[in-house]
Amino acid sequence: MSTAAEQLYQEMVVEHKRAPRHFGTLPARTHEARGRNPQCGDDVQVQLRLEDGRVADIAFEGQGCAICIASASMMTDAVLGRDVEAARALQQRFRAVLTGKAEPGDADLGKLVSLAGVRRYPSRIKCALLGWHALMHAIGEHAETAEAHTEASS
Amino acid sequence: MGDLLHNPTLPGTFPGLAQKINGAPLAYLDNAATTHMPLAVLDAMREFETTSRANIHRGVHTLSQRATDAFEQAREGLKRFVGAGPSHELVFTSGTTESLNLVAHGLSDGGTGRAYLQPGSEIVVSGLEHHANLVPWQQAARRSGATLRILRPDAQGRLHPDDLARLLTPHTMVFAVTACANATGERPPYEDLLALAREAGALTVLDAAQATSHEMPRLSTLHCDFMAFSGHKMYGPMGIGALAGQRRSLERLTPLRLGGDMVTWVTEQEAEFAGLPARLEGGTPDVAGAVGMAAAAAFIDAIGRGAIDLHLRALRAHAVAGLSALGGVTVIAPHAEQSAIVSFVADGAHPHDLGTLLDERGIAVRTGHHCAQPLLEHLGLGPTTRASFAIYNTHDDVERLVDGVARALEVLR
Repeated sequence: MSTAAEQLYQEMVVEHKRAPRHFGTLPARTHEARGRNPQCGDDVQVQLRLEDGRVADIAFEGQGCAICIASASMMTDAVLGRDVEAARALQQRFRAVLTGKAEPGDADLGKLVSLAGVRRYPSRIKCALLGWHALMHAIGEHAETAEAHTEASS
Repeated sequence: MGDLLHNPTLPGTFPGLAQKINGAPLAYLDNAATTHMPLAVLDAMREFETTSRANIHRGVHTLSQRATDAFEQAREGLKRFVGAGPSHELVFTSGTTESLNLVAHGLSDGGTGRAYLQPGSEIVVSGLEHHANLVPWQQAARRSGATLRILRPDAQGRLHPDDLARLLTPHTMVFAVTACANATGERPPYEDLLALAREAGALTVLDAAQATSHEMPRLSTLHCDFMAFSGHKMYGPMGIGALAGQRRSLERLTPLRLGGDMVTWVTEQEAEFAGLPARLEGGTPDVAGAVGMAAAAAFIDAIGRGAIDLHLRALRAHAVAGLSALGGVTVIAPHAEQSAIVSFVADGAHPHDLGTLLDERGIAVRTGHHCAQPLLEHLGLGPTTRASFAIYNTHDDVERLVDGVARALEVLR
């Protein structure tokens, strides 16, 4: 019998971890940021090409646990072609679900709902949010390179 | 493959372990981070708090005297436990981290006098260290203008006395090394390393956090000026630890905590510091913690460090064999047979994912960098999964670990 954690890993996460979408770099990027969690070694670089306030292209690369990589991969699918404001709103809804401030069924998360189970593992929430932190950093600051750090205890 | 737990003194002794996690009996394999406490320790602390609780040293009333006696008995008990000689003293701290900070700060900040470390001084620290025995030395070097040099391990993570000999110069003022690397289980030849550094004229610092619950040489036989260790890694309470060392070396340290209890005479403008150990113990200490830590030492001695290590080495060998037999799993420092730590990496499975899947089966391991980023980088590794054993672990726990890892790899790959 599989455990709840195994179900979390089996459904969508492992598939995205094995074959992450939009994995690589964007030569014609306009924005980028890096998210790092030094304590666990997760390190994700997100690159974007924004056109008229819209995510015209997105890519990410880096290393991390299955939850970190799967979340970043699903993020690229979810925000590609959407307005920056829609991406920001989706990040806020996703974050609210993971931190217990909203219920998965009410948040209109699309496929990201398969990561909602992470909310049961408080130590792993930062893994699921790392790519999103980098995305928010990239679109929030119109600098060429920005770096997002998340803190974790040892 | 007997388990020490079958020793008649042990069953029911560790109340914190008698629980289920996610529906499965707890297999607690995170002992290099924190061990659980036996009833003997909990009882000793409760006994102190219910019969002798008062502030120490300054009081003339009965409870204050009892508390003072309990604190000083704890100090004597721990000095015996580590094999201190007549030239040694022991000061209580909040743990190994504070002990090491006390040394690094005390040698680099002269207070109102001249600091021991000066521009041009050299500090040598091994590359096996926990951040607690590296970061304070980085700061000490910056504060004093000294140079920090690293004694790098070889590709297998071993330290060699010959390499240290090449690093030592007439300017080497401090050498700091661990007695057991928390991230890999490596047990360096610290007796020889400390002797070499002492011979070169350096003060020597030993991080014994991972070592004091195991067999180790008596402090009086080591060329060691400062030895740091923690209660919570030797079946004692959290938040208490000690710095033991040569009295004349401890006297060199500029006190880090200034205030009550560490002074003899205070005027509006100045103060005269007390002698050891009070000099380095400003403020009200964790007396119950000290009592608990001494009770933990007595608990270890009653079972015998030899018997404990025999059991832990058997568990580690069992784990190394079981994990190595799984495809794509690499055990780090498999040669560290004296250790109670087994650290490993698995192809296609991140330690955090392994840790979550093991926890779901009631198996507690630690994952990540283990506060030793430079070492893992040197070994070409990222985060690892670490299982670490204590007297209450069994061969069944090891079987569950190996099965749990095998099952997690099926899920993740």
